[in-house]
Amino acid sequence: MCADWILQTSIETTLHISLFITCYNDTLFPRTGRAVVAVLERLGHTVEFRQAQTCCGQMHYNTGYQAEAMPLMRHFLEVFRDDETICIPSSSCVAMIRDHYPKMAAVSGDPAVSRAVHKLLPRIFEFSELLVDKLGVTDVGAFFPHSVTLHPSCHSLRSLHLGDKPERLLKQVRGLTLVDLPEADECCGFGGTFAIKNVEVSAAMLSDKLRCVLGTRAEICTAADNSCLMHIAGALSRQRAGIRCLHLSEILASTEAGEVS
Amino acid sequence: MSIRVGEAASAPDFPVAAKKLVSNAQVRQNVRRATDVIRNKRARVVAEVDDWEQLREAGHEIKEHVLRHLDFYLQQFEAACTRAGGVVHWASDADEANRIIVDLVRAQEATEVIKVKTMTSDEIRLNPALQAAGITPYETDLADLIVQLGEDQPSHIVVPALHRNRMEIRRIFSEKMNLPELGYQPEDLTDAARAYLREKFLRVPVAISGANFAIAETGAVCVVESEGNARMCLSLPRVLITLVGIEKIIPKFRDLEVFLQLLPRSATGERMNPYNSIWTGVSPGGGPREFHVVLLDNGRTNVLSDDVSRETLDCIRCGACLNACPVYRQTGGHAYGSVYAGPIGAILTPQLQGMQHSQTLPYASSLCGACYDVCPVKINIPEILVHLRGRVVEENHAPLVEKLAMKAAAFALETPERLSLAQKTARIAQLPFTHDGVIRHLPGMLAGWTSIRDLAPVPKQSFREWWAKRQKEPRL
Repeated sequence: MCADWILQTSIETTLHISLFITCYNDTLFPRTGRAVVAVLERLGHTVEFRQAQTCCGQMHYNTGYQAEAMPLMRHFLEVFRDDETICIPSSSCVAMIRDHYPKMAAVSGDPAVSRAVHKLLPRIFEFSELLVDKLGVTDVGAFFPHSVTLHPSCHSLRSLHLGDKPERLLKQVRGLTLVDLPEADECCGFGGTFAIKNVEVSAAMLSDKLRCVLGTRAEICTAADNSCLMHIAGALSRQRAGIRCLHLSEILASTEAGEVS
Repeated sequence: MSIRVGEAASAPDFPVAAKKLVSNAQVRQNVRRATDVIRNKRARVVAEVDDWEQLREAGHEIKEHVLRHLDFYLQQFEAACTRAGGVVHWASDADEANRIIVDLVRAQEATEVIKVKTMTSDEIRLNPALQAAGITPYETDLADLIVQLGEDQPSHIVVPALHRNRMEIRRIFSEKMNLPELGYQPEDLTDAARAYLREKFLRVPVAISGANFAIAETGAVCVVESEGNARMCLSLPRVLITLVGIEKIIPKFRDLEVFLQLLPRSATGERMNPYNSIWTGVSPGGGPREFHVVLLDNGRTNVLSDDVSRETLDCIRCGACLNACPVYRQTGGHAYGSVYAGPIGAILTPQLQGMQHSQTLPYASSLCGACYDVCPVKINIPEILVHLRGRVVEENHAPLVEKLAMKAAAFALETPERLSLAQKTARIAQLPFTHDGVIRHLPGMLAGWTSIRDLAPVPKQSFREWWAKRQKEPRL
């Protein structure tokens, strides 16, 4: 009786989830995408990947090339027009869409674009939002026998207000030891093109972040943003620090059988 | 028009100035320690206020209302202040304000003035103008005094000498006040400053102050401070000249209820400032016998005309965004080349004096959002930074290489076919730079990345390739 009820519920809540992988994950971190697919399918949902997708336009928009970001937004709206649930494993891209698409739509002066954005916003979810808020799970059946520290990332904290969602997911991972990161809410110094345009300040900020990460003595540093992690991992590698950076989804995808390859 | 913000027009670009400052371990330690203290205090006293968010909202709304009706409130202020015996002067730019103030001082046949709490006077470069007219200005706010005696520039809106530590201040006082035996305890230093300043408070007949708020309804002006030196300046001299940016107007006396809660908690982490001075015109039997207000535009009306960035003028100069900013905390204020440093400076300076002189300032941020979170009047600084970056590009001040790279990237990202091709191209292009699975040096613009960090090479298979392949395989 009880088991039937659970089965019934899980069948009813099986979702068809469209994945927006983001351009840099697609290119540089395909494993993050494979991990997201693994977690969602393990939870019984189906995943769709629309090959027509490209980029949300964040890099252009934030660097001041707002005219160049416009066609990218229009393309995004077109590609994901009909999807009910869209998963994005990158807080900064979700923030781009939530914080800036409405303004860009207003600037475009096209009411159809504004309507499309209005319709889109409730359907997009950052990966941990999707799991905790939409799917109502914190235990995704993961096993990861390592000590992990979480860099909460600025967009996750101050734009998406993810709060403790990533922590709650990590705390349910069997074998995982979560180590608190001191000064966690400080920016790591990535900031998109900031990392190149203001390399000296970016380096100084990164050095503070590294001091905190190294101080935790954790084996892994994780985040909901590969952009911050690329920056942190790049410096850890330069220092031969021997600490790995892994996207949150890759930890959640790990099982007794191993990590996502 | 000669709109200027200090010497920002001739200051080096932010990344150049910042490079020098991040290498200065002493400045970084001083700035870190001081901002840590203030922001911890701020966090404590803000947490005590249950309706803090509503107060922020109220502060924002009052300021936005004023900016929409600034003409009305400025005239109301002028009328009320005049009725109370004050004299109101209008200055459209820095030169005009300096001329008005120099003339007022000359009319008193004074050769010295005491000054307090006026960042705006640094904006218009009043001190050099006074000196050129044979008038000696004495800064009387303790931090401003340290900056003046150290022949230095302010590095923080509220704590101008924040980049200096106690030993440096001791050295400056000892040299400039001729006190070879001066101790290094805080009490020794404040004693020295007190003795130096008291004599000036009693002797100098003209004072120049700034203002935190100017109240349209009553014509009153308000200054908040910690030391009591402003109170001396405001009450002892025969003549008081107050320089006020036109955005400092608030409609009614009762609006202070909101701002006198927001400002001290945000600025210094105090529930209330030790001294809150509010004065209206002149009154017989006390205070200055002549009171002048100089209302300064100096580019502010240009800011008003931009719908997105207008709220920059909501700023009440609390400095909380500086203390919260991870960029400011690494460089200190001098990197910004302006009297207005930190996130607020990065949006205010370019708007006041034009993008051509400060096109690197809107980029002096990682857009982490910490400034917006702490702003007591909810100025969306990250949004305005991005908006101003748009203006830098639009007005053609962006570097050519960057422009070409951005155009190329936009072209590649427009269709999935081009993106796939770009991914494949990157995999080939990276080969000469990849050694043992790591990229340690890249050419051109990307050298900025590899100068401090490694890069993992682009993997052999993109996600979209993996997905396409997977779709073709029979599913289990």
